[in-house]
Amino acid sequence: MRLLQFVIWVIISYLFFKLPGILMGKPIPSSLILMYMFFAVVMILLVMTSTEKSTRELLAPIKSMLEDPSKKLIRNVVFVIVPIVAGVITYEQIKPTYEAPVELRSTHPAPPSTIKIYGKTYDLLALENPYRKYEKEDPEKFKELVREGGEVYFKHCFYCHGDKLDGKGHYGQGFNPLPLPFQGKDTIAQLQESYVFWRIATGGPGLPKESTPWLSAMPIWEDFITEEEIWKVILFIYDYTGNVPRSWE
Amino acid sequence: MQPILRSKRALLLLALTGLVVLFMLMVPAGDGYVLHRTDGLVYAGGGGGGGSEAVSSEGAEAGKVEYPPAPKLKESDYPTISGINSRVFVWLVAQLHLWFAAFVLAVPIFVFIIEAIGMATKDERYDKMAYEFIKVSITAYSITAIFGGLLAISLMVFYPDFMKYLTLIFGDSFIWYALIFFAESACLYIYYYGWNAMKHGFRKWMHLTIGFLLNGVGTTLMLFANAWVTFMMSPEGVDASGVFGGNMWEAIHNHLWNPINLHRFIANVAYGGSVVGAYAAYKFLSATTEEEKAHYDWMGYTANFIAIAALLPLPFAGYWLTAEIYAYSQQMGITLMGGVFAWLFIVQAVLIGALFLSANYYLWCGMERSEGAYRYTPYIKYIGFVIVVCFLVWFTPHTMILTPSELKALGGQYHPILGPLGIMPAKNTAVNIMIIFTFLSFLLYRRANKIPTVSWASFGNGVQIGIFTAAMVNIMILGVYYGYFTNTVYKVASSVPQVVATLMVIVAGVVIDVFMYRGAKEVGPLKWGKMPERSQYALFLLAVSFTWLMGLMGFIRSAIRQHWHVYTVMRDNSVDAFTPTIGYAAKVVSVGTIIFMAIVIFIFWLSHLSGKKQTEYQR
Repeated sequence: MRLLQFVIWVIISYLFFKLPGILMGKPIPSSLILMYMFFAVVMILLVMTSTEKSTRELLAPIKSMLEDPSKKLIRNVVFVIVPIVAGVITYEQIKPTYEAPVELRSTHPAPPSTIKIYGKTYDLLALENPYRKYEKEDPEKFKELVREGGEVYFKHCFYCHGDKLDGKGHYGQGFNPLPLPFQGKDTIAQLQESYVFWRIATGGPGLPKESTPWLSAMPIWEDFITEEEIWKVILFIYDYTGNVPRSWE
Repeated sequence: MQPILRSKRALLLLALTGLVVLFMLMVPAGDGYVLHRTDGLVYAGGGGGGGSEAVSSEGAEAGKVEYPPAPKLKESDYPTISGINSRVFVWLVAQLHLWFAAFVLAVPIFVFIIEAIGMATKDERYDKMAYEFIKVSITAYSITAIFGGLLAISLMVFYPDFMKYLTLIFGDSFIWYALIFFAESACLYIYYYGWNAMKHGFRKWMHLTIGFLLNGVGTTLMLFANAWVTFMMSPEGVDASGVFGGNMWEAIHNHLWNPINLHRFIANVAYGGSVVGAYAAYKFLSATTEEEKAHYDWMGYTANFIAIAALLPLPFAGYWLTAEIYAYSQQMGITLMGGVFAWLFIVQAVLIGALFLSANYYLWCGMERSEGAYRYTPYIKYIGFVIVVCFLVWFTPHTMILTPSELKALGGQYHPILGPLGIMPAKNTAVNIMIIFTFLSFLLYRRANKIPTVSWASFGNGVQIGIFTAAMVNIMILGVYYGYFTNTVYKVASSVPQVVATLMVIVAGVVIDVFMYRGAKEVGPLKWGKMPERSQYALFLLAVSFTWLMGLMGFIRSAIRQHWHVYTVMRDNSVDAFTPTIGYAAKVVSVGTIIFMAIVIFIFWLSHLSGKKQTEYQR
């Protein structure tokens, strides 16, 4: 009975982790399911062996199968099935496929402390958006700056980052890695504006040496738009997505 | 009183006074403590490797000391020894030194507390256990010193110019460090060898005082070493080119010094508890009599209690340290948790989760000691469920490892549902709830064998349930609303009331329980020794997980400097000035863990050997 309960709980856990893939077409990656399942099974086992009584109940059928002379047939069947299952799983894991190998890509590069662009050196630790202050001081002017930032965005950025700023622009699907979505609370909401300024101005080639190859298709926007335009487009992407840049005070 | 006894007491008092004076001399005296070089030398910067040669003060302004910038090294400035990878060698030796140092600094802390409890309660068992704890650490002490010496030598051999630069700034503190080390050795040996000679009456007070001094000098040693490593991460007291301003206190009291001090202090106690817990498990499993089993079961329980008590506040100290790293340098902060080391943090989360699982499992198994525990065993599955859910959230990564087909299906590196679980508000919420439920396991264990006799027991239970519920609702609201629907200032700030809520649950829970169970009826005698053997492996897992965790996190702490010996001030230009891959780093740390555990098993065996006597028959 306990052993059956254990099997049922393991199956329920597995199905639960598969749900997002089945219902929404957004699967939890297999690498993560493996980790989730490992610890789910461990916890089920820990709970079931936390008392002597339940441990005995859990192990009794296994013990009986291994030791009871009358269960010779079941024992032999199990001893054949277990290595076969293990073999199949191993084969499935290591068989050659045409799919490219899994990638561990760092999508959050660490910025340098200073950058040299537009002929000047910027200290990224102290750098602030010169227009941010107007949000409080002069809301009308701020609104106008955001509108100008929107123009910059739709002239240059939306082809890849999308008209909804969700990273699904016309050309975006052709790239790997895909363009970053600005929607949601887990991308630009986590960043200081100085960081976003660095990413826009120096693009893919400006990414640090660590975690290469980045393969980012982001252009070096320093070569195409002005410093002021970068700050304005930053105002726009935060404003449009309802995010607030990271700050320390 | 016999004259000879009087003279012995006088000698001991004299020795004690000497130690106190020595200790007082060595402790830095706050912000005003300034150490200047007054030797009148001028240090001139040279090119290449020899950046800090001392020259005569001729021509220098009288009394003013000038220092050279940090040397700019070339690859050829780093000595090599054929067949030895200098970085891996120093890495392993430093790590082994740190593991043993953490252990030998921690054990006297709780030995002192246990001895004091034994003295206050007049219960001999505490004294016996404290003595056994310190016995384990005494062999480890000499191994710590051996690795410390080896580390100093290997640094001087492989990184001479870097050491020369550090000596320029911290040279005085190196001398203090050596002197304090002597003081620590003296305290430790008197404390250990004098245990039985100072067992009763006034002498016991003296013994406790020596234990206090031992902890004082031990902690001071750690503060010095912390100053050197944190200076390498967040240098202060030097200008951008590394020119030392002459005030060593500034260099010591750098941005990350205090966060590391606190984090290491708490972590050391948790680590020490886990290692002596493993010792108790080893002795439990090899015990031949019921009496021995009962003793080592109790010892294992106490060690586990110490480890968990320190483990619970540890994530908060870690969070403060990380926040300060971010505040000091966005680059280091992002490298640490968002960039190249992000996945090592996932490994860290997994190991911390394993610590929580082991600790809870040990408590659940411990309920078997009491007949009254059966009332509470049905709750274990719910506690287990909450802990595992929190654990899964705790280690869910933000950036996923994806196959190309998964990448296509998700449309990016972030998962639409799991993505928000990959950032700090979710982690903070999960870890706080995980801590609260671990505390609940402890509370249930604590009351398993007792039935309250106070008239307000139901009311007390109601208040406790109310506090638990209110705290969890508070933590959830803070985590979800402030974490995701306000700006980052509130997001980061909300972690503080989350911690306060958790600590409040722990403090209020203990206070109410203590009063509620005062004069409580015991269900039956606690059956010490009646623990399943599998529970002892949880104690082993605790020690191994801690060791591996410390190794990995130690690597990350050091590696976020990337290609700098001293961050942004002195560049590392050796052939090893690159960040190793995660797999490579994990292998080095794993090898270190195996070496450490092998030595620890040797120490356990030695302590076992010391209790054996050769019989006439064996002769």
